[in-house]
Amino acid sequence: MEEKQLRLTLQRLAHELIENHFPFEDTCLIGIQPRGIVISDYIYQYIKEIHPEVNIQYGKLDITFYRDDFRGQIHIPSITDLPFSIEKKNVILIDDVLYTGRTIRAAMDALLDHGRAKKVELCILVDRKFSRELPIHPDYVGKSIDSIVTQKVKVYWGDEKKVILYESV
Amino acid sequence: MQLSTKHLLGIRDLLPKDIELILDTAKQFKEVLQRPIKKVPSLRDVTIVNLFYENSTRTRISFELAEKRLSADTINFSASGSSVSKGETLLDTVNNILSMKVDMVVMRHSATGAPHFLAQHIPAAIVNAGDGINEHPTQALLDAFSIQEKLGELKGKKIAIIGDIMHSRVALSNIYLLTKMGAEVTVAGPPTLIPKYLKDSFGIHVTYNVKEALDWCDVANVLRIQLERQNQVLFSSLREYNRAYGITKSLLSSLQKDVIIMHPGPINRGVELDSDVADSGQSIILDQVENGVAVRMAVLYLLSERREANN
Repeated sequence: MEEKQLRLTLQRLAHELIENHFPFEDTCLIGIQPRGIVISDYIYQYIKEIHPEVNIQYGKLDITFYRDDFRGQIHIPSITDLPFSIEKKNVILIDDVLYTGRTIRAAMDALLDHGRAKKVELCILVDRKFSRELPIHPDYVGKSIDSIVTQKVKVYWGDEKKVILYESV
Repeated sequence: MQLSTKHLLGIRDLLPKDIELILDTAKQFKEVLQRPIKKVPSLRDVTIVNLFYENSTRTRISFELAEKRLSADTINFSASGSSVSKGETLLDTVNNILSMKVDMVVMRHSATGAPHFLAQHIPAAIVNAGDGINEHPTQALLDAFSIQEKLGELKGKKIAIIGDIMHSRVALSNIYLLTKMGAEVTVAGPPTLIPKYLKDSFGIHVTYNVKEALDWCDVANVLRIQLERQNQVLFSSLREYNRAYGITKSLLSSLQKDVIIMHPGPINRGVELDSDVADSGQSIILDQVENGVAVRMAVLYLLSERREANN
């Protein structure tokens, strides 16, 4: 996935969110730390460009303390920044790659500790279907790919922005 | 990224990057403590024993809360009312507790080096909650966290440690930590309560004049006079100590600036610290206590990693 296509995909995701949730009165966007934040920043920015008048609540969620795999290797937490209540809100969780579903499981646990959301939806840039270990399904998908366990997906956000699928050695 | 040590026995063994890691992690736990549900499931498969061979209010409650906020299972042990009075040794006691599948030990002991001794004999991770007159590492970490919160980074900041330096494990841990992180340290107090080696071993300033230390510093960490550890007369009376070395309102008002006042507690009001200073806006004593829970959560979380070696 090259930069141009990536931009189009993110814009499409922004449009889909607008279609379903405009004017975002009871809906908030929450990016999952650390890598989901890049995606959610873009989507938030695109929605603001299309509808500068709406005031969307946008937060960042760190899920480190909720992981089920941290005991083997300690993960360093990032910042959680949720300056609003999610009580009775529609929450759109945003992440870069959906693979086993374990991150999203942790994110839902972390999220529900902040209050009882009315509804939680999942927006994903890359969906690696057929690799799920938990019954989790995305509502908004940037790109769906078939990949096997030995392959890895990497999202680059440097000067060159791209998504690549490669064989891990 | 992980700690370079398996136990937290003292600040002496930590690298500056370990200290940074603990303080950064503590920031995230402080955020957890502001949430409606102040609890995370990180340590729900870990059992921790709090082994207190010496009295404690703040440290014990703070550790216990930190453990509960991390969802760990906890057991509290205090030497009084246990088989220690029947003559059971420290190692026997701990081995018996560990055989009930306990993963971590938080311990306070009146003997210097007790946790170091244990660390050589048992597989569990040990957190030193104060050993004799040696170290009290989590106190120094929470002091550093509180200073950072007020003043930004530690590097270049001027910290005065005032009072009973000789008997204070808080002083020693603070001196290790602050010098490792690039802060400047002055210790002040009566000559009988300041060990002679401090100046040469740490390259810190020593003064016997409290006013001079206060004039110089950004932060004054005032320590308790530890009467329980003094078996000889080191100053004539508490009243005289207060007049010569106590922090009073009038002393602080005579300075050209606002110094931040810290104290690890428990305070001897009217001895090392007057009430109107302890309860003033300059004092961050209760912030220290609040931060203690977040810092201890960070330490327990980072030490709970199961390394390949012992698994």
